[in-house]
Amino acid sequence: MSVPLEHDYIGFSPPPAEDTSMEKTGDIKPISALTMNMKATELRLGLPGSHSPQRDDNGSPELCIALPSSKSSVSRPKRGFSFAIHGGSGNWVFSSPDTNFSSPRNNPSAVANSESVQDGGLPNQSSPAAPEKKNGQAAGPASKAQVVGWPPIRSFRKNTMASHPSPKNSDVVEGGDHHPQSGGSASSSSSVCLYVKVSMDGAPYLRKVDLKTYGGYKDLSLALENMFSCFTIGQCGSHGVGVGDGVSESRLVDILHGSEYVLTYEDKDGDWMLVGDVPWKMFIDSCTRLRIMKSSDAIGLAPRAFEKVQKQ
Amino acid sequence: MNYFPDEVLEHIFDFVGSHKDRNSVSQVCKLWYRIESYSRQKVFVGNCYAIGPERVAERFSGLKSITLKGKPHFADFNLVPPDWGGFVYPWIEAFARSRVGLEELRLKRMVVSDESLELLSRSFPNFKSLVLVSCEGFTTDGLAAVAAYCRQLKELDLQENDVEDHRGHWLSCFPESSTSLVSLNFACLKGDINLPALERLVARSPNLKSLRLSRAVPLDVLQRILIRAPQLLDLGVGSYLHDPDSENYNKLVTAIQKCKSVRSLSGFLDVAPHCLSAFHIICPNLTSLNLSYAPGIYDNELIKLLRHCHKLQRLWILDCIGDKGLEVVASTCKDLEELRVFPSDPYVGQAAVTEEGLVAISRGCQKLNSILYFCQQMTNAALITVAKNCPNFVRFRLCILDPTKPDAVTQQPLDEGFGAIVQACKDLKRLSLSGLLTDQVFLYIGMYAEQLEMLSIAFAGDSDKGMQYVLKGCKKLRKLEIRDSPFGNAALLMDVAKYETMRSLWMSSCEVTLGGCKALAKRMPGLNVEIINENDQMEFVGGCDDDRQKVEKMYLYRTLAGQRRDAPEFVWTL
Repeated sequence: MSVPLEHDYIGFSPPPAEDTSMEKTGDIKPISALTMNMKATELRLGLPGSHSPQRDDNGSPELCIALPSSKSSVSRPKRGFSFAIHGGSGNWVFSSPDTNFSSPRNNPSAVANSESVQDGGLPNQSSPAAPEKKNGQAAGPASKAQVVGWPPIRSFRKNTMASHPSPKNSDVVEGGDHHPQSGGSASSSSSVCLYVKVSMDGAPYLRKVDLKTYGGYKDLSLALENMFSCFTIGQCGSHGVGVGDGVSESRLVDILHGSEYVLTYEDKDGDWMLVGDVPWKMFIDSCTRLRIMKSSDAIGLAPRAFEKVQKQ
Repeated sequence: MNYFPDEVLEHIFDFVGSHKDRNSVSQVCKLWYRIESYSRQKVFVGNCYAIGPERVAERFSGLKSITLKGKPHFADFNLVPPDWGGFVYPWIEAFARSRVGLEELRLKRMVVSDESLELLSRSFPNFKSLVLVSCEGFTTDGLAAVAAYCRQLKELDLQENDVEDHRGHWLSCFPESSTSLVSLNFACLKGDINLPALERLVARSPNLKSLRLSRAVPLDVLQRILIRAPQLLDLGVGSYLHDPDSENYNKLVTAIQKCKSVRSLSGFLDVAPHCLSAFHIICPNLTSLNLSYAPGIYDNELIKLLRHCHKLQRLWILDCIGDKGLEVVASTCKDLEELRVFPSDPYVGQAAVTEEGLVAISRGCQKLNSILYFCQQMTNAALITVAKNCPNFVRFRLCILDPTKPDAVTQQPLDEGFGAIVQACKDLKRLSLSGLLTDQVFLYIGMYAEQLEMLSIAFAGDSDKGMQYVLKGCKKLRKLEIRDSPFGNAALLMDVAKYETMRSLWMSSCEVTLGGCKALAKRMPGLNVEIINENDQMEFVGGCDDDRQKVEKMYLYRTLAGQRRDAPEFVWTL
């Protein structure tokens, strides 16, 4: 690959490819962070103990940060990055929209990159160089979640459904005989608000969100992304921001500390829990506040993730 | 034929309806070209940059209706940056200058400013019909101008547009004297509506046949409207929130009973989960049902409703209907021709339908010819069964939410399944692929899909051969759009002349390089080869650019108009 790469403000070029799995991640210092492959630097929140089938690792939450890559495509200048939920594995994923993991073009350079492609490594899914890697669990939910413009639904429809979400489809789908009352309060005319504070470590002020306005974890993550992306602009303002408004070119990146973020909440008992474990309804019933915390603070919540970070 | 006077030829050409046929007619000889050109009233321009408006106005002096399409299809999925283009203003301005007697304007994926709408409304005294699909750039102020100044307006149809809402005064702009409305669709508007103005408008429009309301129209207004307009053929319910025991609801039931003509039902944008039973009485008459924007309906309510829809030909629903619900559709809707199943939660990706639902539909609905199906998983066996049951597909679009998922049972690529589809469906014109796919599927497509006009590829194929099979084999291909697939210069440059037989080619996140695109542009001056360079992904280093750079997004199309002058900075036309 001879594409001249844009340099971030530190002066290091981001890696051209992102194929290695989490375990290959270098140390978490900023410099190494920048030379980490993109996959390793995905910002993801996973559920403890849940497996993404593609990651033949311990399945713990992946906590790392997506770094900007000049090679990757940005879906829209306005979007910082997409938070996405893996429906399949139940993982949460934050990822940079620039990193188009499923783009096969990133893979050849990855292969060349001697950080060899691992089986089940996400970005290999659609690699032309390694079709055999497409095993039974080929494109993991993570890669699906990160893909720009997928699934191919008109943005009007996507936006409409996002702001008026299906209130209780999961209940409906599960049993053939459901109870009409089970989702009775789910019609959009529900009037009870459920405002909780949302704080983000390092941000100068907090926000408040009404949990009732979201249909699920996905909507919540989208909203949080929109809300907090502005706090990271100062840190990455000079990153390959091209035509289009630099302000909206935001990434939830803590370059200086090279650390990752975890979304947590405080429940009615006062305990801090990882978001995503319980069904949505249960979550909104018990959540009293939200905190986007640095993983270094999240030891008790996501021990394996922290270890993984430590051993790099 | 040369001895017939022109008027006779013209009269004969009147019977030639389709654009394709009229184009063919115009190529027979100069005389026919001339007569066909001045007698053609409806013009279709599939790519607004393929030709300039002045030229269109000049050739078709009798022009009354024009359909224009702007952005490439993948713009629907945010793959095309805003400000790429597709502005309608130059067209309206040119037509106004040339004094075209415009009566109908149909736009898709174009940027429509309020200025254009105002100019439109003032320039064409006979203007009757405005249809905007997936457009953007206008506000309700533009609509107000149309309402106020198009004295003969019959149709205002807004489908899935992104409209900035300045609140509902535009409805009051229809003059009291305006009684000509036949079709009004404002379902996509997000803001408040002047409800009394709406009711008055309906009351004085005896010809109103199609009315699709937005979310802002509540149940009691709906009920009153239905009382006034029992002649409706097409109804889009806005908000359907109510208390089943209320008087309003009872009145609604009575009102619906009077609407014996309704054949098409849609909307339910906000819906209380139960109480669709009010509509059961009109279900047996329905030929078209669109509940794809109604996430609040439980699957069993949906099923109860569908059990009454024996005559349904077109059904758009959400996947919460489930495989079981699709079985009900299969057993009830024997006349079904078009089915679209959308994901209720596109982000989570837990589609509630699988290959079983599709197979059930194929077994029960023998007339099915068009499908868009978002599902959790698919198998080759299922696709093969579907192909056997329904060889009449004209449009087959399958979207497995996991983009490269293999056969759910055998873990094999889905090549054989899609191969069966193209082999069995001899009339297939449009195909969208998904799932794990190798070059093999393209070999099949090239071999069998002889009528294929539009092909959408994502995350598929192994090598250039895939794309080459398609370009070689599909003689009638008009639109090819590819994303995230390993096709490069060898495929792109294999048959450059082919692109002049096609409307357009889109390739994004593929292996095509700048050098390849440049070579193509050089050999084919009749094409615009656009590179969309978002965020300076491609670099000029000291004036010379590296041709080996991969191109992130390329869009090429044939054109008679040369390079377009309204391209933004990030679009390079080679």
